[in-house]
Amino acid sequence: MFAADSDAVGAFRRIFAEPLGGLGIVLVVAMIAGAVFADLLAGADPFRISPRDRFLDPSLDHLLGTDHLGRDLFSRVLHGGRIALSVALFSTAASLAIGIVLGLIAGFGPRWLDNILILLFDAIKSFPTVMLALALVTLFGPSLTAVIVVVVLVNVPGYARIIRTQTLALKSAEFVAAAESMGAGTARVLRVHILPNVIGPLLILASMDIPVVIAIEAGMSFLGLGVRPPTPSWGAILNDGFTAIRDTPWIAVAGGLPIILTTLGFTFLGETLRDVFDPRLRGRG
Amino acid sequence: MLNYAVKRLGLSVVIVSVAMLLLFSMIYLIPGDPAAVALGPRATEAMREALRIKMGLDKPVWIQFWNFFASAWQGDLGREVLSDRPVAQVVLEQLPYTLALIASGIIWSVAIGIPLGCWAAVRRSSFADRLVGVLSVAVIAVPSFVIAIYALLIFAVTLRWLPAIGAGEPGDPGSQIVHLILPSLAVGLGWVGYIARMVRASMLESLEASHIRTARAFGLPDRQITYQYALKIAILPTVTLLGVGIGQMLSSAVFAEIVFARPGVGKLVYDAILTRNYPLVTGAVLVTTVLFVLINLLADLIVGALDPRVRSGF
Amino acid sequence: MSELEILDLSVSFATGGGDLQALNKVTFKVPEHRIVGIVGESGCGKSTLIDAILGLLADNGRIDGGEILFEGRDLTKLGAKELREIRGPRISTVFQDPMGALNPVFRVGRQMTNIQYRSGLSKREKARRAAEMLRRVRMPDPEAALSRYPHEFSGGMKQRIAIAMAMMMEPALLIADEPTTALDATLEAATIDLLLELQNQIGCSMLYVSHHMGVIAELCDEVVVMYAGEVVERGTTRQVFLKPRHPYTQRLIECDPARLAGRAEKLPTIPGDIPDLRARPSGCVFAARCSLREEVCGEPPPENVREGHMARCHRAAEN
Repeated sequence: MFAADSDAVGAFRRIFAEPLGGLGIVLVVAMIAGAVFADLLAGADPFRISPRDRFLDPSLDHLLGTDHLGRDLFSRVLHGGRIALSVALFSTAASLAIGIVLGLIAGFGPRWLDNILILLFDAIKSFPTVMLALALVTLFGPSLTAVIVVVVLVNVPGYARIIRTQTLALKSAEFVAAAESMGAGTARVLRVHILPNVIGPLLILASMDIPVVIAIEAGMSFLGLGVRPPTPSWGAILNDGFTAIRDTPWIAVAGGLPIILTTLGFTFLGETLRDVFDPRLRGRG
Repeated sequence: MLNYAVKRLGLSVVIVSVAMLLLFSMIYLIPGDPAAVALGPRATEAMREALRIKMGLDKPVWIQFWNFFASAWQGDLGREVLSDRPVAQVVLEQLPYTLALIASGIIWSVAIGIPLGCWAAVRRSSFADRLVGVLSVAVIAVPSFVIAIYALLIFAVTLRWLPAIGAGEPGDPGSQIVHLILPSLAVGLGWVGYIARMVRASMLESLEASHIRTARAFGLPDRQITYQYALKIAILPTVTLLGVGIGQMLSSAVFAEIVFARPGVGKLVYDAILTRNYPLVTGAVLVTTVLFVLINLLADLIVGALDPRVRSGF
Repeated sequence: MSELEILDLSVSFATGGGDLQALNKVTFKVPEHRIVGIVGESGCGKSTLIDAILGLLADNGRIDGGEILFEGRDLTKLGAKELREIRGPRISTVFQDPMGALNPVFRVGRQMTNIQYRSGLSKREKARRAAEMLRRVRMPDPEAALSRYPHEFSGGMKQRIAIAMAMMMEPALLIADEPTTALDATLEAATIDLLLELQNQIGCSMLYVSHHMGVIAELCDEVVVMYAGEVVERGTTRQVFLKPRHPYTQRLIECDPARLAGRAEKLPTIPGDIPDLRARPSGCVFAARCSLREEVCGEPPPENVREGHMARCHRAAEN
């Protein structure tokens, strides 16, 4: 226990020792704090429309001004962080779960199934992300579900491949054959032999995918294909700003800045994590 | 080389076919009756029935799929709902705009990214190298549509240096190029980072190779060693990367076309979704997918042509 | 008259754990038209020596002192540009690894014409010379070989191309850095014959680096034995092989696989490791592994020279 603690502390120190890692942690923590304590920090209700306060300049009352419906932008930006964060966490977790299952099926299943899955992964990857998103929105209609499905489709092939490779490597190793013949279930093989070997790279990849997920959510919401109004999302705020860009450019700035800072924060953190824990993954990004 | 090309082409055909299957299952799964959607609420049941038969929706699934599959391979993507024009024609009209946008994005990324990566590799571990590294990561991380909007805000709205919307006057290349600058920057900027990183890493690797030591031992000038002997090897993974990258650039192009109100396939699909013009959506998605697969194929063939080891090893 | 003369050359590398002294006061000569062999285990400083002569030390390496005299000039004092003019035309090199020595993405002809860029010849003339040189290394169908890529040749053929490239400029000094290590015994013999033949025709001196005592004995006129960055013994091939005076040389000759062929089941090796070059022992560098070690070996050993045969050993006077 003590050893694990000091390992964690050491790792944390190493991340902070990298200037970018430190910056990444600060940005990510700020973003998470803003999202979690949005109600406390913002004061104003992100949904409250007040037609008299349309397009107000930034002031002490409205730190980032107001939008075309007179809603407080600062509050909307903080609440938008909630959407971004929850989509990122939920869809990444879902992608990991599905990726692990499909990777195991590809690795342990019969050869033909493996081939089909690999072909399917390649085919999914051969759709440009936005085209995939647009096609899926025709199927589901604009919604948070559509965003999550897109993210899962985009991420699953990568995770499944890692699990598959590891599974295939283990399958040829004798000790798994021995374990299996002794009646160990797939779950046990997974827990004992496969996950310990891949959990590190998998989590690092997932952490590096988070900015991509946030970008997908914001992008789809920007196009009006993701989160439905009036729910505050950074993409939607950016779109409001885009519509009013000639007269009130700060709305676009307010919508874009959190996207920039968050994606930078998670990327710097993810890169540092990778360099500190698993330099082998270098070059994959 | 021919053998390699044929194998690679076969793989592409399979991938496109699987993509078609996915796309078809998607259309098939769309809730609601396409005929009803197409004709709107005021159509009579008889009109819907007639359209259904015309679209082949009364036949069993597998025949529908076969028809879709066979006609798609022949270039027939059906007719779009609103104007009843062939989907393929509508998409092909818009394609050149998107291709021009992506090509200019590639020009940005290659013209800046390759020299930047080389420059950083030669100055390994210096401050300049670190700065290039951080900037590369930063431009990769920031989503292209945010770059597009900020570029619009800064260069078109605030500074008024460049035009904000449209693709320029038809028949006036000067105006068309000026209208390309901002959208293509938004499309290509992230790839400046990717390419700079990739070139830097592979340059460092190829500068370590023993044939580089041989070249030095023969007194070849450093410039020739760096920019000819090492770069030609370092560029190979970059070409493959670009092949994959064009898919992402297609994504960025959709946003750029919407933000800068440019004609193009991205704008076409977007508008088609808003008007529920499903044949147009599937047609355009299919065309871009084929395009993407073709470009990947092309990238692999270029690598094959540049690297004699690949074509004989395959 | 010597083609190359190295005097008290010391080279060190800056490393994370302090400075590593790779060469310590190395001194020897390569007389005109002669072949001098440098022998020693891996890590003895052979490669560093070559890099220092060529002016290709890694960024963290530096020359701490000494001179490298070549054709009357001290190479350690020359700038990058002047060194480049010497590398290739005056001193050329054949490296150990024929697989990696050629650039994989350029045709052999292009690489052979590129290195003649200073000659001022026409493109056609350069290609003709390249083909001529390939013929001299007995490459079958030299014209066709020019338009092929390196991976289309076997290891032995690649080494011939490398030799052709090195000899094409008719250098005054050829450095051969273990050119046969990656080849099998038959190819090794053929390659050595080829090198000897070309050296004779061109009339250059040769510095032949190897850890293979048999090859050195067969090929070289003089031998320099290096250990841990120091020259421990130096003399004519006859002197060194027939009457080795340094215990290290004696052990090396005992350990040589060629001498033992057929009889030893187990290769005898010299027990122990090369000392840590970041903290050189103050006395004899070989003392820690020497079976004849005495108290005096803690002091720096003198150079004992007899009839031009040098050994750096306190007990050299005994033999």
